[in-house]
Amino acid sequence: MAGANHNHQRGRNAIEVRELRRRFDRQQVLNGVNVDCPTGMITTIVGPSGCGKTVLLKHMNLLLRPDSGSVVIDGDEITRMRGRELDRVREKFGMLFQAGALFDSMTVRDNVAFPLVEQTRLRPAAIEAKVKETLAAVGLDGVGRKYPSELSGGMQKRVALARALVREPKILMLDEPTTGLDPTRISAIHTLVRETQQKFDLSAVMVSHDVPDVFEISDRVAFMHDGKVHLYGTVDEVMNAHDERFEHFLKGKAEGVEHELGPGR
Amino acid sequence: MERFGALIIDSITSLGDFLLFLMNAGAYVVLPPYKPRLAVRQVRIIGADSLLLIVLIGAFTGMVLGLQGYNTLRRFGSEGALGTVVALVLVRELGPVLAALMIAARAGSAMAAELGSMQASEQIDALTVMAINPVQYLVSPRLLAGVISFPLLTSVFDVIGIWGGYAVGVGLMGAPGGSYLNGIAQNMTGNDVTTGLYKSLVFGVVVMWVCCYKGYHAQRMATGVSRATTEAVVLSSVLILASDYVLTSLLL
Repeated sequence: MAGANHNHQRGRNAIEVRELRRRFDRQQVLNGVNVDCPTGMITTIVGPSGCGKTVLLKHMNLLLRPDSGSVVIDGDEITRMRGRELDRVREKFGMLFQAGALFDSMTVRDNVAFPLVEQTRLRPAAIEAKVKETLAAVGLDGVGRKYPSELSGGMQKRVALARALVREPKILMLDEPTTGLDPTRISAIHTLVRETQQKFDLSAVMVSHDVPDVFEISDRVAFMHDGKVHLYGTVDEVMNAHDERFEHFLKGKAEGVEHELGPGR
Repeated sequence: MERFGALIIDSITSLGDFLLFLMNAGAYVVLPPYKPRLAVRQVRIIGADSLLLIVLIGAFTGMVLGLQGYNTLRRFGSEGALGTVVALVLVRELGPVLAALMIAARAGSAMAAELGSMQASEQIDALTVMAINPVQYLVSPRLLAGVISFPLLTSVFDVIGIWGGYAVGVGLMGAPGGSYLNGIAQNMTGNDVTTGLYKSLVFGVVVMWVCCYKGYHAQRMATGVSRATTEAVVLSSVLILASDYVLTSLLL
């Protein structure tokens, strides 16, 4: 099937973040973040726990507002937007939350249909067809009548992914889509994300802990440390940069332990 | 010293947030797009599902009033006034207040818990990212449902209570039945009834407002939801009784 034509201007960035700063109580979580998420590509944000990855992601769709800095979506600066203007920008997004964030009082089918029911004027038959199609695309036929609590964690994430995709967003945002899943599921989700990105022709930004598995589907990698993007580039560029912090991070991941590097190193 | 100053500033900020929350939710009740189905569902959850509890509490309250009232009035030889006393106390005071407290404990706490766990599991964030206003979608229907349900439930409470008083005072204790009912007909004014209903309206708004606010702003952890629920019921109860005094002095 043809992906939705989003009239991408290839070479432009779907998301541009410049000098983003954000403090929570006494902690400077984002300390001048700069990152580009190119159109039509998957950008992965990695880093040690607590480095601000999810906070950064939430600034990109303005769930959180920065103290200073800018976020540009498809050429529009969004940090000062409110109300209907902001809603229109948000309609470009589909977001997969860490635990799925499915509405537990609704069935799977109602969850996936929700964005269509609330935000479009499609007729029920058209909505039904779209929901079926999207659930099939994530490999979940026939679970429509179940409630989220009746599904396994992996299936819940796939439903959440279907809900994020059902309006064919321009930009897909994923917050740790594979955390907590077993290894076979992890590679299945990664493949699914890549296939979906190609099929629907969208841009994606993904926060992930599953390093180095996630590099298989990353077009760009941003390694965060101390509230800044420490390293950015293609997977090859980043792996060949011989950056001490990054290598320490990779090593820690390989051993299944995460070390905190002191500032002096 | 600095911490004290910070505490004051935080308190004022929270209070402001609290008031803005109500104004926001209230505005969305009257602004389009309208979501009547959500409000109807909440009326069922808050109103219809609380009916049994209201009937039970109303009956027992009426019965105790009948008992106590009879005992006290007998000292002055005024047993005939039992109906008047029971009815006025219920309709003006106990009906609105006790019904509100019961609904707060049952439906209010459930609401705070539901919104709190939605907040904790990022469901509210999910709504926001889908360009749906969570306050309009979650809170406004509940506010409207409260305004509809509370006066209706209070009325049921009152009527059941009056009959409970009759059952005990007249049926059990032997007060004159005709005087009981006639007393009510002669001495209850429209003002008594409207006072009670205005109170129940205000209580409806207060309980929904407090419980939704507490749930919506719950901290994102396991203790956060339970704390929000407890605080919601406690604060609702305190505000019901405090506003009861204010309203009574205004409406008397």
